[in-house]
Amino acid sequence: MRSLLRLSWVEIKLFVRDPMTALFSLALPVIILLVLGGVFGNEPSSAEDGMLVYAGVGPMTYYVPAYVALVVLSVSLISIPVHIAGNRERGVLKRYHASGVSVWTVAGAQVVVSFVLSTISSVLLLVAAELVYDFSWPDSVPGALGAFVVIALGFAAFGIFLGSVSPTARSAQAVGLLAWFIMMMLGGAGPPREVLTSEMQAMSDFTPLWHAVRIMHQPWLGLDPGNAWWIFGGIALVSVVLAWRFFRWE
Amino acid sequence: MPHVLEVEHLAKRYRNFTAVEDVSFSVEEGEIFGILGPNGAGKTTTVECLQGLRQADGGQARVLGLDPWREQDKLRRQIGSQLQESALPDRLKVWEALSFFASVRAEGVDWHTVMEDWGLTEKRNASFGSLSGGQQQRLFIALAVLNAPRLVFLDEMTTGLDPMARRVVWDLVRKLRDGGTTVVLVTHFMDEAETLCDRLAVIADKRVVDIGTPSELIDRYSDGVEVTFTLAEETAPDLAFLDSVPGTAQATRTGPRITVTGEGPLLAHVGAALVAHGHAPTDLQVRRASLEDVFLQITGGRA
Repeated sequence: MRSLLRLSWVEIKLFVRDPMTALFSLALPVIILLVLGGVFGNEPSSAEDGMLVYAGVGPMTYYVPAYVALVVLSVSLISIPVHIAGNRERGVLKRYHASGVSVWTVAGAQVVVSFVLSTISSVLLLVAAELVYDFSWPDSVPGALGAFVVIALGFAAFGIFLGSVSPTARSAQAVGLLAWFIMMMLGGAGPPREVLTSEMQAMSDFTPLWHAVRIMHQPWLGLDPGNAWWIFGGIALVSVVLAWRFFRWE
Repeated sequence: MPHVLEVEHLAKRYRNFTAVEDVSFSVEEGEIFGILGPNGAGKTTTVECLQGLRQADGGQARVLGLDPWREQDKLRRQIGSQLQESALPDRLKVWEALSFFASVRAEGVDWHTVMEDWGLTEKRNASFGSLSGGQQQRLFIALAVLNAPRLVFLDEMTTGLDPMARRVVWDLVRKLRDGGTTVVLVTHFMDEAETLCDRLAVIADKRVVDIGTPSELIDRYSDGVEVTFTLAEETAPDLAFLDSVPGTAQATRTGPRITVTGEGPLLAHVGAALVAHGHAPTDLQVRRASLEDVFLQITGGRA
C-alpha cells in the first residue's frame, strides 16, 4: 500500500514534468467543448426542425456529460497504454519486477493517476461549460459522481489491458489514438447518434464509449441507460482478466 | 558453511533456441564471483534464472537456500540486483528513485543513509536522464543495496562507460564486497574479471567450461612465460648458453630481437645468465599470459 501511494505520487509528478502530454490531455477536451459548443450552441432541437436529435435537450447539455466520459477515455486510452508499454520497452518494468514491485502496484498506480487526471480534466471541462454555456447540471449529483467513478475504473482497466498487449510505446500510441478517434466519432461524443446510419449505429454499440456516455446520461439527464451498465461492467471485467493474462514485465 | 548460491546443470530452452545448456557452479559467502563469457554465451539468462526472473527448464538451483523460481518473492526481498539493459524514467529524480524503491523493500529502510554512503547526496535532485553513465550505475548499486542484501547480482555494469567511470564502478563493487556482501558479477571484459573477481566461471557456448581464481586459470591454460630482449648479433654472436638456462624451452632470434620461452622463474635465470656472459640489455622483460589469452584459448573457436 505504501509503495502504491509512493509510486502513484511519483507517476503524477512525472506526468506534470512532461508538459506537452499534460497540456494535451487536459486542454483537448476543453478545446473540443468550446469549438463544438460554438458551432452547435445549446438550443434544443424540435421535431419541427425535421429531426429530433440530442434526445430533445440542448446540444451542450447533451454533450457535457458525454465529454466527461470522453475525458476519462482520453486519459485511459492515450496516456496509460503509452506509459506502460514505454516503461516495458525501456526496462523500467523489469527493474521494478527484480526489486519486488508487484503487478498490483504498477497497475494500481496507473488507476490512481488516471483517476486524478480524469478528475482534474473533468473539473476544467465543467468550469469552461459553466462559464460559456447555459448547460444543465446533473439531475442527481451523487448519481453522476458514481457514474464517473465506474467509468474511470472501467476505462483505466481498458487502458492497462492495451498497455499490457502493446509491444512498444509507438504501437500503443497508434492503437490508442485510432481507437480514441473511432470512439469519439461513433460513441456519442461526436455527431449525434440519431444522424448516424444504421450500420454506424450498430458499430457504435460495440464502442465502450457509447455505453459510458449512456451511463453518464442517466443521472445527468434522466435518460434510460438500457443495458449500458451491464455491457460496460462486462468490458471492464474482461479488460482486467485479459490484462492479468497478458501483462509482461519485459 | 553452506554455499550462498549453488547451481547444477542449469538449462534454459526457448522454442527453437537454447539459451543455457549446462551451467554448474557455487558461490561462497563474501566473494566476488565472476561469470565471464562472450556475448550470447548465456550469462544473462543464467543470472536471470538465479534471480527468479525466468524459469529454468533443467537442473537445480538454490540461492540463499531458496528455490529461485518457486520462492521468487521471498528471494527478491533478500537479494539486490542490477539488470542489464534496464533503466528508470528519465525525469525521475535520484531521491525519488531511492525513496520509492525503499518503500517496496521492508519497513524501516533508511534510504538517506544509503544515498550518503554511495555518494549521491549532491545529486539527489538530479533527474535520472541527466546523470552520466557512471552516476547511473552508482544509483543502480545504491538501489540494489537498499535492503542490505547478503547477495547482489551485477550484470554488465561497465558496458558503455569510459575508462575513468569503469575504474570508479570497480571501486564501488570492491566497496560492496568489503562491506560483507557477496557479489555475482557478469561481464564480458577480461580486465574487469581479472581485476575484480576472487573466482570466476568461464561460460562459452552455453556451458561452463572452467572455474577458478584468475591466476589459477592463467596457470592452468598459459603456455608458460616469454622473456624478450634486444641484443645485436655482432655483440653476441653465440647464444647457445641460453639453452642451458633452467626452465628454458626454446630461444629464438629474429634480427636483434631475442625471445626465450619456457616456464618457472625464467626472467631471473635468463637475466643471471646474460650478466654472467657480459650482456646487460636494457629492455629485458617478461610477459605472462593474461586472462585474455586464457579466455581466447578456452573459448577458442567456440565463442
